[in-house]
Amino acid sequence: MATIYFSSGLAPYTGGVESLAVDAARVGDLLRIVLERFPALREPLEIMAIAVDGEIHQHADYIPLTSGSEVHLVPRIAGGHR
Amino acid sequence: MSGEQRFKYVGTRPIRHDGLDKVTGRANYGADFTLPGLLHGHIVRSPHAHARILAIDTSAAAGMPGVMAVITGDDIPKTTARLMMGEGGFDLGDMGDNLLAHDKVLYQGHAVAAVAATSPELARAAAEAVAVHYEVLTPVMTIDQALAAGAPILHDGLTTKGQPAAGVPTSPTNVAMRMELKRGDVDKGFAESDIVVERTFTTPMVHQGYIEPHACVARHGEDGQIVVWTSTQGHFNVRDCSAGILGIDAAKIKVIPSEIGGGFGGKIPVYLEPVAIALSRKAHRPVKLVMSREDVFRASGPTSGTKVRMKLGAKQDGTLVAASASLYYEAGAYKGSPAGAGAMCAIAAYRIPNFFIEAYDIVVNRPKVAAYRAPGSPSSTFATESLIDEIARRLNMDALDLRLKNAATEGDQAPYGPKFGPIGLREVLAAAKAHPHWTAPLGANQGRGVAVGFWFNAGMNSSATVSVNTDGSATVVAGNPDIGGTRVAQALMVSEELGVPVERVRPSVADTDSIGFSDLTGGSRVCYATGMAVIEAARDAREQLKARAAKMWGTDAAHVGWDDGTAIPLNGAGDRTPLTVNEIAAKLAHTGGPVIGRATVNPPMAGPGFGLNICDLEVDKETGVSRVVRYTCIQDVGKAIHPSYVEGQMQGGASQGIGWALNEEYIYDREGHLENPGFLDYRMPVASDLPMIDTVLVEVPNPLHPYGVRGVGEVPIVPPLAAVANAMRDATGVRFTDLPLSPPRVLEALATD
Repeated sequence: MATIYFSSGLAPYTGGVESLAVDAARVGDLLRIVLERFPALREPLEIMAIAVDGEIHQHADYIPLTSGSEVHLVPRIAGGHR
Repeated sequence: MSGEQRFKYVGTRPIRHDGLDKVTGRANYGADFTLPGLLHGHIVRSPHAHARILAIDTSAAAGMPGVMAVITGDDIPKTTARLMMGEGGFDLGDMGDNLLAHDKVLYQGHAVAAVAATSPELARAAAEAVAVHYEVLTPVMTIDQALAAGAPILHDGLTTKGQPAAGVPTSPTNVAMRMELKRGDVDKGFAESDIVVERTFTTPMVHQGYIEPHACVARHGEDGQIVVWTSTQGHFNVRDCSAGILGIDAAKIKVIPSEIGGGFGGKIPVYLEPVAIALSRKAHRPVKLVMSREDVFRASGPTSGTKVRMKLGAKQDGTLVAASASLYYEAGAYKGSPAGAGAMCAIAAYRIPNFFIEAYDIVVNRPKVAAYRAPGSPSSTFATESLIDEIARRLNMDALDLRLKNAATEGDQAPYGPKFGPIGLREVLAAAKAHPHWTAPLGANQGRGVAVGFWFNAGMNSSATVSVNTDGSATVVAGNPDIGGTRVAQALMVSEELGVPVERVRPSVADTDSIGFSDLTGGSRVCYATGMAVIEAARDAREQLKARAAKMWGTDAAHVGWDDGTAIPLNGAGDRTPLTVNEIAAKLAHTGGPVIGRATVNPPMAGPGFGLNICDLEVDKETGVSRVVRYTCIQDVGKAIHPSYVEGQMQGGASQGIGWALNEEYIYDREGHLENPGFLDYRMPVASDLPMIDTVLVEVPNPLHPYGVRGVGEVPIVPPLAAVANAMRDATGVRFTDLPLSPPRVLEALATD
């Protein structure tokens, strides 16, 4: 089971849930499951990068997950040019 | 990758391949390009900071002899499209409206029309003949004005995205975004603190100050094929933004990058290229557009002015236990300040168990901000590092010891979520403690300040090819404009992999037709991500060379090894004489044709970088004039491919940060007119203002890169604001919270202290 954390102030979109253990093979699969449970996350997710075990990816759908993987949603670095 | 790697070429300091052209003036920049039949464009700009466009009459201008085209916002389609690219994304609707305003002008200098004529003088005269009728509106020039109840609204349709503050209307509003970062129990943390410090800090809007103004030439053929020559940090970015804004297939546009005279983030957006394309389409001739220095200041992206309320709590032993901050960042005329990045960077250097940070993105009637080296981090770090200095003073602790006590290290959870991998902050602090600067005596009226800084460093898409020529020399081609010496760095990487001397490797920046997609030069990503593509491409070429050697030997490629530019026989290859690159290359036509290695990558972010600056400042207390008398930059760079250009990045970033701290600011009058749009009145430091800036390269390898490279270009601008202000505090006894520390401000503070 991978664990996704909603620590970047995303709790309002998850009804206060701060983390969730999900059985998913890849990040895209994990996010689909998360969005089914928390559909309000869809819009904020559009401006999020995905950190998997400390590595921050801009495009993470096909990144494999292992048991114990930690996934964080990190605001993309807009850098003044959103 | 290993910290024990030994290199032959990487880490040396050869002369850069583009160096002679640049120091002799032969290099071609954006405004140097010309074509037969070239027309000259001129932009009509708003004299008002905030006004509704009632009508534009172009008839007089269009009727002037020699005027070949006049366009307005009607020629730039309105769109709601976004282009997801790189770290963030581009709102092409806002970008198009910034190119030529459709309904309102949102800052002085906002473009409203453009003309193309047979000479620059005619174009200027025609631009003056364009009659624009405005309904002048009250400008919103500051964060406080934008947030005030009843403030004029810049965009009727703007709503607060993210996490709007409770009880505050989300529309109509000038607040484009609000976000939060939090962990632990911040109230409890402050309650448990022995010492709490809290202040409000402001930093002014400043410009990147690149020497070369924006410039381009566009040719729109009758067949719809478009070629653009331009100075940019990302020519694929120019292509895709132009295509998206104008509704053109990207395959119709070829963008050829010129040399670039500085960018620092400011040459990421498009300001001219789609306008030049639209003018050329209408005139049926190529069109050149060149910004004046005034245009650059008024209408290209500076960085945000900011206001940061920061509070830190610590135990008597110096342990930080709580932090809270409210960050307000000016976005300029359209949403998209780096407030979020500022929030994520604010306390990234330290382990603080309880924190709450909120960040606001606020539109004001100033030019739309663009990226500027580590966008967002310098301003929030100025607040944090000033308060860290204050805590050290109140606890009578050594400023470096306090930072070491709280420094983040591998395995710590960053405030933005994930755990840090290997990072070098502690090594940087240790290097500072060991540096003679830290304990050197100060002279009269001098003070010393120290500050650390953090930046993420980006990854993103890069492409590269490496070709081996028949004489054994090599060519490396990539898709990133070379701003900081990346070509020679790429050549060094090829040398390392192929064993070909760096002077026999030709590095080249290819146009959008000649290399695979590459994200822009920015985010401190080129040496890391494009370097990774170059290394992979060189290794691909090396494997092909080994296969050719195997063919020459009549054996299997698995029996061929490689050592410093020579194919060597392994067990099973028999008694063969090693073959050099030159010998293999000479036979390429006999063994299968050209050898071209290729690679495309999209790696994760590079792994964070930390830097530290020590600043000695001398203050004339009669005039308020201050002067940096000694300055040292220490930074974890992962691995320096070409140390001279790494040091140059550190010195350049420090210089810009010192200018931000001491002198630079956009000065507006009450009506929103910029009063200092030139280098005479906008005071950037020049060489004679600064001492030689000392550099110390700390190398904690980044495990994500084959050689350990981290980004280096952005971290250097983060510490100087606080390092200088802390030195001013040390010299004068006054804690300054508003930048710049210009002589009038210093004098006033000394008089009232």
